[in-house]
Order: sequence, then C-alpha cells, then structure tokens
Amino acid sequence: MTGAPLVDLQAVTRHVELPDGSTLEILRGVDLTVGPGEHVAIVGRSGTGKSTLLNILGLLDSPTSGEYLLEGEPVGRLRSRALARRRGDDFGFVFQQFNLLQGRTALENVAAPLLYARGKQFWNRTRLAAQSLERVGLGERLDTRPEKLSGGEQQRVAIARALVRGPRVILADEPTGALDVETGQAIMTLLDDAASETGSALVTITHDLAIAARADRQFRLADGVLVPIHLDAPAGVAETASLPPAAEVVA
Amino acid sequence: MTGVVGAIVEAWDELRIHRVRVLLALIGVACAVTAITGITAAVTMFGQAMQEQDERMTGRDTTLEAWASGMGTTTASPAETDAVVDAVAARHKISYHSVRAYTDLTVRGGTDAEYVEWSAVDVDAGVITRQPLDDGRWFTHADAERLAPVIVVNRPFLDAYADGARASAHPTVVIEGESQVAATVIGEIPVQWNDEGPRALLLFDQAVRWFPDRVSVDSYRFWVQPELGEQFAGVLSRDLRAAGAPFDVQPPMGEDFVIDKVLQYLVLGVGGFALLLGGLGLLNIALVTVRYRIREIGIRRSFGATSGRVFFGVLMESVVATTVAGVVGVVIAVAVIKNIPIDLIFGRPIDDLPGFPFDAALVGMACAVGIGALAGLIPAIYAVRVKVIDAIRY
Repeated sequence: MTGAPLVDLQAVTRHVELPDGSTLEILRGVDLTVGPGEHVAIVGRSGTGKSTLLNILGLLDSPTSGEYLLEGEPVGRLRSRALARRRGDDFGFVFQQFNLLQGRTALENVAAPLLYARGKQFWNRTRLAAQSLERVGLGERLDTRPEKLSGGEQQRVAIARALVRGPRVILADEPTGALDVETGQAIMTLLDDAASETGSALVTITHDLAIAARADRQFRLADGVLVPIHLDAPAGVAETASLPPAAEVVA
Repeated sequence: MTGVVGAIVEAWDELRIHRVRVLLALIGVACAVTAITGITAAVTMFGQAMQEQDERMTGRDTTLEAWASGMGTTTASPAETDAVVDAVAARHKISYHSVRAYTDLTVRGGTDAEYVEWSAVDVDAGVITRQPLDDGRWFTHADAERLAPVIVVNRPFLDAYADGARASAHPTVVIEGESQVAATVIGEIPVQWNDEGPRALLLFDQAVRWFPDRVSVDSYRFWVQPELGEQFAGVLSRDLRAAGAPFDVQPPMGEDFVIDKVLQYLVLGVGGFALLLGGLGLLNIALVTVRYRIREIGIRRSFGATSGRVFFGVLMESVVATTVAGVVGVVIAVAVIKNIPIDLIFGRPIDDLPGFPFDAALVGMACAVGIGALAGLIPAIYAVRVKVIDAIRY
C-alpha cells in the first residue's frame, strides 16, 4: 500500500491473565508509526513492557486489542505461517544476551536465518553470511565459536545475523545492555551505520538515554503508555543517566 | 524444496553439535538394526539352504513331474517315448527336463553280489536336482555320444567294485545286461543316508543303446518358470498324451518352510523389542535435548521458522539420526553375514549363495526410520507447544 508507514500500531493493548485471576495491563493504547529507514528509540525502566512492545512489533506476540498494520496490511488477519514468513523476511532481531546458537561458528550463526529463506538466499547462505560478517568487521573470525569471542564481538555477530536477510526493520532489545559503555557505543554506531547503509528501519529499546538520543525519534514507555520525548545527544551526557520522570521529558 | 533441504541441514547440524549424546543413544538403535537385518538375511539364506536341500531330493522349485500312466496301452519303446517327450519340451521351450528311468543291471566282480540301485537320467538332471558331487564331474552332452558308457556312482559303489578308487582316477567297471560293456566312472555323488548301498547313474541315451530291454521309464521332470507352474501342468499333460506319451503331469507341491516363518517371526520379535528399547533411549535423549534447546527454538522462530518447520526439524533430527544408525547397522549386518562360514553351519556350501537380501536391508532401514519418527514425535510436539516469547527469555 503506497504511502503507508512501514509499521503502524494503533491503540494497541496487551493484557495477560495472572494465575490469581487478575489481569495485568502491560500496554495501554500504544500508537506508534515507523517509516522506512527511520531510527526510533524507546526508553523505559525495567518491567514497563518495552520487550512486549518489541515482541509485538516483531510479530512474536499479538496485541490483545488495537490494530497493527505492516505496510498498511493488518497483521491480525495473517495466519501463523504467513506471520512467520513476514517475521523472517521483514525483521531482524538483536537481543541483549546476543542469543547466539551455541556450538556453532560465527559463520553458522549468521547463516542460520537463511535456512528459513527461499531461493538464492537459501542456496547462497554461506557466502551471504560471510559478507555480513565482513560488514561488521569479523571477516577474520568466521570459524570462531561464540564462546571464544568477546561480548562486543558476539553482539557484532548478532548484528550480522540480524542484517543477513536484508530486513525492513531491525528490532534491537537492549543491544548494549550486556556491554561496557565504550563497547556499547561502538556497537550502536555499527548498528546505526548498518541500518542506514541497508535502508532498514531501526527500533531500539534501551534504558540508556545516550543510546536513545542517537535515534531520529524517541519515546518513553511508562505504565504501559508510550509517549514521545525529545533527547539531545550532547557530548558529555551521562550514558547511563537515570531516567527522568515522564512529566519532565514529555515537556 | 528449500524447506525440506533446510530442515535436513538443520537436523544434521543439531546432530553434529550434540553428537556425543546422540551417539550413545544410537548405539542401541544400530545394534537392533544389525540384529533385525542380519537375522532376516540369515533366515533368508537358511531358507535357501533348506530349499537347495529339498531340491536335491525333489528337483527345483516349480519342477513339474510327469508320471507314466497307461503305459500298457502304448507300444512305444523307452527311446521312442523319450524322443516324443524331447520334442514336446522343445516345442514349449523348456530349457531343462530329464527322464528318470530304472534299469536292472549287475556289475561284474565286487566284494559281494550286492544289489546296485541303477538310475538312467539326462544331463539336465544335474541342474534340476542341484546334484552335488564329492569328486569328478557330472555328465555332459558329449558323454551321450561316447561309445562306452560313463557312470556317476556313490562311495559304496566305488568301494565294492573299484577297490575304493577315486572317481577322478576314472576306474572302469563291467556292466552286465543284454550285453557286457566296460563303463568308466567319471564322478562320485554323496551318499544320501547312512548304510546306503551302491548306487549308480548313467545317461538315459546310453542306457537305451546298450540295454534297451532293461530300461523302464518312471517319470520325467520339467523345470519351468515359476509363473507357469500349475497352469502349464495341464497343457503339458495334454500335449504329451496327444503326442503318444501318456503321462500325468503333477503341478509343483509349493510347500513353504514353516520353520523358516516361525523362526523369522520369533527373531524379528526379539529384534523389534531391542529396537524399541533403543528407541526409548533415543526418545529420552531427544526430550532432554529439546528442553535444553528451548531458547534456541525461540531464536529460530524469530528467524521466521514456522511451527510446522520447527516440528519437522525436531522430528527430522531423530529420523536423520536413526537413518544414519540404520545405515551403520545394515553395513555391519552385511559384513557379518558375508563373513559367516556357510559350510560350517549348513554342512555344505550353498550353490546359489544369494546376495545379501535387499528385503532384509529394507526391513532394517524401515525399522530405523520408523523408530526415529516415533522417538522424534513427542519432542517435536513439545517444541511446537513452547511459546516463542518464553523460549527466547528461557
């Protein structure tokens, strides 16, 4: 559908039933649009539903109510098989704990998503994986297993894996959460550059304001409500500064 | 296409990563497949040995036997009857047929006046009855043209009339009938039972030439194609009668070796039980492995793996593993069966030693794949039921 945003959440809610019969509201009326190539950051404290929002965006979870339009197409109408296909074709995930497949080399890890691709992507998976690793500066570590790599290198492998199928959207869930500040900045620079280079939209979830400030637009998720905020990224901002109350940043 | 190939590649990768655990579970499967395949093959070969033993007595499978009937109504000599039968056999393109006739002859000399059991046969009798020889050779078509007859005898005959000489030394004996003729021994047939007396075979053509009045045709044997068997018996009987040779042609008995079947089922049952135990071991390992891999399954779902693909992938891991174990098991079974000393087990070599029965290999592989599918089913269902989000956070 021409002109429709790449990702469009409209009044999305997500509830879960607790064992005691009560209902926990995780997301309440979330509206969010992300355009092609746009970089968006969502900040919020732990347990505010950031990961749930990311899972809904990445078609790993479904909203309880509201509408999710992917390029104008309501994803709620897609069957699980079609959802899985779109997830594989359109989204790349970068996790906080890297989530690399143990026992496999960096090359095998990056090639893994291509096992679910079709046509040339499937048959050329090894070559494409090697190219993706070279793009993140790990061309010399193709046959190294994750346990032999540093945290930063592991996250680079995860980024190469997220990029290998040429996704429309990269979803990064606390991509620097397990890294030191300096490595985290380097990883974010790499992620930003890679996303820009490939034209992918980048949605980053973080509690780190300095990381969030790198994005084109920022949002804060608090009590299940998503509100736009504006963060500058001045030099010297404390990367791990504590999050200001919602009222302050919304202003 | 890419889905199936991808699932197999994925399954193979998993096996490679978890090879030690999988290997331990697969040893049992491979052993069970070896047992099932090997025993199925051994029973087949045992059946072949039994059949060969039987064929030495009654002729090959689907051998039609034609018994003389109403011979009193015909004035044809045995030689004339034989010519008629030969013509009918040639018309029906029967490659192997042989007369069985009895002759009343004596042999000069010997340790005592022992009765000699004489039979007159055609060259083809050796093929039809798989006639084994302990020494020397069987008749050839050229032997029929010889002036003096050649004979094939058993050990008691040689002991009684040839001073115990070996058949390959070609001793001669004098046969007494309407005339006397020196016959050369060319081969030694094994004795059929203990205390067997002297037994001798000579070619029918030479028997009717030298002793025409002492030859009495008993029956003919026709080795025909198995599919022709029963139907052909009637046709042959009619044609023989029409040609002036009144014979009743009996269809083959077609009896199976019941002991083979019982033995086969018993052994397959034991092998199947062993396979089941191997499969349970594999199931246990597969379940533990799947629980251990929940996060990985979640990650794969994030790559776009459908639940069907996850199900198929986990199932394939098990199937690929047991298929490999099956191949190993079959190879071991082939190696073992091929190196079994057949002579020691069956008492004599098998003439037509069958190749390793393809059926046996097929049974072994089917068992391996089947047990892999069964052992993989529960872990595959478990893997599909895992919630993706929970799996990623696991």
